[in-house]
Parts: sequence; structure tokens; C-alpha cells
Amino acid sequence: MRQVAIYGKGGIGKSTTTQNTVAALAEAGKKVMVVGCDPKADSTRLLLGGLCQKTVLDTLRDEGDDIELDEILKPGFKDTRCVESGGPEPGVGCAGRGIITSINMLESLGAYTPDLDYVFYDVLGDVVCGGFAMPIREGKAEEIYIVASGELMALYAANNIAKGIQKYAANGKVRLGGIICNSRKVDNELPLLQAFAEELGSQLIYFVPRDNLVQRAEINKKTVVDFDPAAGQANEYRRLAAAIDNNKMFVIPKPMTQDRLEELMMQHGFLDAIA
Amino acid sequence: MAMTLEQISEMLAKYPVKVEKNRKKHIVIKDSAAGRQEIEANTRTIPGIITNRGCAYAGCKGVVLGPLKDMVHITHGPIGCAFYTWGARRNKARSEDPGQNFMNYCVSTDMQESDIVFGGEKKLAKVIDEVAEIFKPKAITVSATCPVGLIGDDINAVAKAAEERLGIPILAFSCEGYKGVSQSAGHHIANNGLMERVIGAGEREEADGKYPINILGEYNIGGDSWEIERILEEVGYTVVSVMTGDGSYEDLQNAHTAELNLVQCHRSINYIAGMLETKYGTPWLKVNFIGVAATAESLRNMAAYFDDPALTARTEEVIARELARVEPQLEQYRKLCEGKTAFCFVGGSRGHHYQGLFAELGIDTVLAGYEFAHRDDYEGREVIPEIKTDADSKNIPDLHVSADERRFRLKMSPERLAELKRQIPLSYYAGMNADMADGTIMVDDLNHYETEEFIKLLKPDIFASGIKDKYVVQKMGIPAKQLHSYDYSGPYAGFNGAVNFARDVSMGFVSPTWNFIVPPWKDEPLLTGSVTEEGVA
Repeated sequence: MRQVAIYGKGGIGKSTTTQNTVAALAEAGKKVMVVGCDPKADSTRLLLGGLCQKTVLDTLRDEGDDIELDEILKPGFKDTRCVESGGPEPGVGCAGRGIITSINMLESLGAYTPDLDYVFYDVLGDVVCGGFAMPIREGKAEEIYIVASGELMALYAANNIAKGIQKYAANGKVRLGGIICNSRKVDNELPLLQAFAEELGSQLIYFVPRDNLVQRAEINKKTVVDFDPAAGQANEYRRLAAAIDNNKMFVIPKPMTQDRLEELMMQHGFLDAIA
Repeated sequence: MAMTLEQISEMLAKYPVKVEKNRKKHIVIKDSAAGRQEIEANTRTIPGIITNRGCAYAGCKGVVLGPLKDMVHITHGPIGCAFYTWGARRNKARSEDPGQNFMNYCVSTDMQESDIVFGGEKKLAKVIDEVAEIFKPKAITVSATCPVGLIGDDINAVAKAAEERLGIPILAFSCEGYKGVSQSAGHHIANNGLMERVIGAGEREEADGKYPINILGEYNIGGDSWEIERILEEVGYTVVSVMTGDGSYEDLQNAHTAELNLVQCHRSINYIAGMLETKYGTPWLKVNFIGVAATAESLRNMAAYFDDPALTARTEEVIARELARVEPQLEQYRKLCEGKTAFCFVGGSRGHHYQGLFAELGIDTVLAGYEFAHRDDYEGREVIPEIKTDADSKNIPDLHVSADERRFRLKMSPERLAELKRQIPLSYYAGMNADMADGTIMVDDLNHYETEEFIKLLKPDIFASGIKDKYVVQKMGIPAKQLHSYDYSGPYAGFNGAVNFARDVSMGFVSPTWNFIVPPWKDEPLLTGSVTEEGVA
């Protein structure tokens, strides 16, 4: 069982990329579980064809606590298993603690069955506190992919996440598997991302081009692979899934200083701007 | 028995260099020839050191708020914090209306994991509603514990909404345990809240009787304030309120009507004392009702303040009568105590106050210290302008009050006030150091390692401290007297209290228990037998 966590700046397209990739893996016959680690509980919407109705933490609130796994683990597209950790409303409580509690609960409920090929964790935004690092602590996810684009803030967040991975890699098996570019059509995006990944000591594992079909599929509560299997964009996700499936490069990243990151931007991103 | 600097250096040499350097500043050997001796206090305890200190929540809810009997005190947090501040300090209270004495109750929101994850505000609101419905108290306090601060529950907003809903004052205290360096931060937070919301909220403009006073920093442990009130009332004073032992929301509201504020524990309540002076023009007098001499002196200082010949005569009458009554009793105990030595490490005032009572029994205090005091409690209030504020002290909000336009009234002419300040400790505390004998030791924020080492070096006859260290020292064969809770005894204040204390301390000295302190296997063989030759042909 490979346990994979997807991180990246808020709004970069983590959930969309994760679900499309998972859909492609499932289509190829892989058994996959997706664990949404975001209090909004929208990490499995495209696979389930709608929002998850009961999260792991919802069960904690209910009296009795006698919970069956199938109440929270729902089958999605091509028998993917979908579960949302859930969490508090914005501005109250502790979402980080919620994720820790939720993953522990999933384990004790026996969600991690040996027949699974993959478990994907889709984690909210930046690693803001210990709770959001849960999937990469304690020997859970061992490979991390960071979703980024050519925008400075996306790379800044990616670099910060690399710092988190570096910290936990020292005591565990967590490694960076690569950077996924979810294109924003920024100037020189591909070379910039390649240089960025290389500087981290990793790789740009795939460059997902921008396509409005992704939006149309989302409105229809579907992944692209499900919504329009013959489309070119579906093939892009299939190739991303294959790249992950065949990936052999797992490294302890070497995050860079803020100055170096900005230098890299100037070198690649804004060559025209300074010329 | 005096210790030398070398012995202390040797003891501290066991520490890593940085720790040694730090702890050195917290230990002073009294030397009156050296002039003013600076001691470091109210700074962070070094991580890893087992300190006796408490937390901000303990200082706020446990010490200052807890004894207020007609309010229900809600602890917002997991259950442990509420449980361990429930009656452990033995604050006694009685009420004319038993329905309005909630001292026996322990109220907590009992936060569970789901409350941490999803926020505890709704549960808190529900608990407040239930408390109001079941107990119908005059007012409610809500004290925050650590997790509440971490998850960001807005207890002030919950309290405000509940206040509007229920029509009774609901006071929220952001006294999360991690604030400040010790329980001292919590005292300050509680002082601010009581001053802002309770004191002066009453309608009365004048007290009911003559010579109205408040007793501040007296928590009625083992009934101390009842003994103090007995004496004060016999002299002719009217006790408006006690902060906060056997105290009440009802009385505190009208505390502004007092003509003088007495301060027993300077550390925990000097903020209110100072604010009362600024707001209402009422000076405060540092008193000490521990020990017969200190009690008599405090009474005389009070009489000097009110400057009424009849009151002064009555004061002397009561002192003479009480002394005649308790002296013979003290005398019999003195025979058992004479020549002994004491080790006195308590709180923020008792470490100082009990030295006088020990001395009256013929016991010399060889080491004294405070857990959570500030430099002024050791060196006197004149050092306050010198005390550096740091990030920890700045983290505790200061409440700024100004003169109450309607109620501010000077109690005497500024000239007479200045003259009085030369004679009695009016709005002044001289600190512990002033009363220490040369060669004795002051230690701030003592820890378990140093306690054991000092005990071995000083070999005191009695150890006066608290529950956290008493058993270690008892096992070393030295009687221990808890001066936080008085074990199961009290009162120790005033004239009767001195006799109780003398009895308890004497009991410690003559207890046959100490004959059994060495376990049998230490001086008797475990096996007996004899060596005989065997198998020799």
C-alpha cells in the first residue's frame, strides 16, 4: 500500500488534481482510498458525485460513538473509497487536532485494509500547525506531491511545505515524490517549475495544462476522466497517474531561502520583465 | 548553622553553567552590611526544573476567585483543572443564606475531545444557563484553562451574551494556565476583573458602622479571617469586605465605602489595593496578622491611622487582654520549640509573615523564600520603578483606573498622610529582606533539587512549605507543616491562631513518628544464621 499526501497552496487545485488522478488510477484497476483532510469536507465531491454526508469527526460528535466504518467510508467512482475527516466551522475549535483525531479513528476502525494499492490524503493549504502535518508524521504518508504553479506565492508555499517534509524526513520515511504543476499559464511556467523542482533536489513529475473542461466537469460534480473520458485533458490526468504509479524518485527535499526563491523567479519567470 | 557562599556555589555547581548562572541570582545570603541586596524574582522557571509554582489559572480561579462564596465559578476546560482547584486551599466560608454559598461545588465544562475539535463555546453557554437555573447565584465567573486559549474559544463573548440573556453579571477571565511565569499572573488577571466589574458596583455611599475597613489578600484558610475579624470587631472596626476569604460578591460591590484597606498578602492583591487608592482615595495599610507581636503591631498601626483616642484605648485594651490570655499557653509550647530552626518556603507573603511567629516560639528561620513573588516582596516597594518589564509581564494586561468623580475622597489632609507614612507602612511594603537576620538565606522559586540540598546542609527542625514538597522532606526525617493549607488545622492567624500554630508545630517536634523513620532493614539484618562447616570429613 502506497500512502500519498498532496499538499500545496490554498486554491491551487489540490482536490481537483487529486481526484482526477485517483479517478485515472481507479480506471486502471487500482484500489484507492481518498482521505480528505480539510474541515470543509470537499475533497471527495467529484468522486462521490456530491458532498460527503457524514465525516469521521461527525461521528465523534454523535452520542454513543458506536460507529461502523461503512457509515463514513463511501464508495465513489470505480469503487474508490472516499472518506472525509471533517472538522469545525471556520473560526472555532481546532481543525488540526481534528485531523489527528480523525486519522487515528480511521485506523482503529480498520479502514486501512491490505487490498488497497493507494491511500491519498488531500490536505488543506499550507502546513499551518502540527495537525496538518499529521499525514506525514507517525509513518502514515510516505510520499508527498506538492501541487504548484508558476506564481510566486504558490512556489513560496511549496518551499515551506518542503521545509515541513525535511523536518519529518529526519525521523521517518516521508519523502518528496515530486512537484505537480497545475498550470496557471504564467510566462515560462514549465522551465521555472523544472528549475524549482531541481533546486529542491526533486523533479517536476507532471505538467497539467489548463483546460476549461476541468471546470465543466466540476460543475457536474465529476472528474474529467468520468465526465469526458475521451477528452485530451482526461489523458493528461491518466499520464500524471501513470507518472506517479511508476515514480521511483523519492527524496528529502532541500528547501531554499526566500532570496534564492526570488532569484529563481527573476531568472525564469520574469526574464522578459527585466530585459 | 549559617551557610557559606562556598557551600551554595558547590550546590549550584551541579547545574549546567547557564542554569547555575541563572539560579545564583535567585539566592541571597542576608548581609545587612552589604546595603540593599538584589534578588531575581518573577522570571521564567528553567525548563526541566521541578518548581513548586502554580499556573495563571491556579492564581486566578484557585486563589483569588474561588473563595467568593455567593458566585458560582465555572472552569472552562477538561476536568482536571477544576478538580484540583476545588477546596484544596481550605478556604472556609459560611453564609447567612445557605442557598447562596456555593463553596462546596465544583463546576466545570468538562471538555472532551470533540469540544476541542469543534470548539467549546456552545457547551460553555449551556453550562452557564444550567448554573443560573439550578443555583440562581448573584453572579458567575468563567475561568479559561490552557486548551481554551489554544483553540480560541471567545469566553468573553459567550459571557457577554449570557449576561444579556440571564440578567446577572457573568465575568470572564482569560487566565489560561500558560500565561505569565507563575500563578502571580492569574492573581493580576483576577484583580483586574474584580476591580472592573464588581468593586464599586454597589449602590451604597457609606458603610454601616464606624471605622469601616476592607481586608485584602486574606483567604480564610483554616478560618484565618474569622479570627482576624473577631479581633477587629472587638476593637470596634466594621469589616466591609474580605478579599476574598469568606468573601462575597455582595460585599465586594460596596468595598469602596471603606476608609482603609488592609493588605495581608501583598503579592496577590496589591493591584486592587493600588487601584482602590487611585479610584476612591483610600490608602492601604500593610498588615500582618500572623504572630501575636505582628498582630498587635498591625492593630496599633490601624489605630494610628484612624487617630481616635477611644479607638486607641480600646486597641490597647484588646491587645492586653488577648496577650494575657494567650501568653501562658504559648509559654508551655515555647519550651518544646526553643532553639529550633525553621525552613520557610511559601507563596508570596507567608514566607515572610511566619518568621515572626516562629521567632515568638523561639524558632529561628534559617531559610525563607517565595514561589511566585516579585522583587518588591523581597526588597520593598521602592524597587518597583527599577523592575524591568519583560515579555512575560507585558503579556498580562494592566488595568488603568482613574479617580471616581463622584466617590473619590481624600481620607485625610496630604500633610497628615505624609506624616503617617513616616510612621506606619501606609501604601508601602518593606518586603521580606528587611526582617531577615544576617547569615540567613533567601531563595526565590526554590526547586526540589535545591530543597533537598538545603535541607541536608541546614538540617532545619521544621519545614514549612506545601503539599508538593512536604513528603520528600518528611521522608528525610524532618517534620513538615503545610503553610498553604495548614494540613488539616487552623486558624493560624491572630491571637488564637498563634496558639494553634504553636500546638501543631510542637506536636510535630515531639511526635513519636520520627522514631520509626529508619526502616527496620537499615539497622537490623534481613537474615540471621551462623556459618558452620559442612561436608568436612
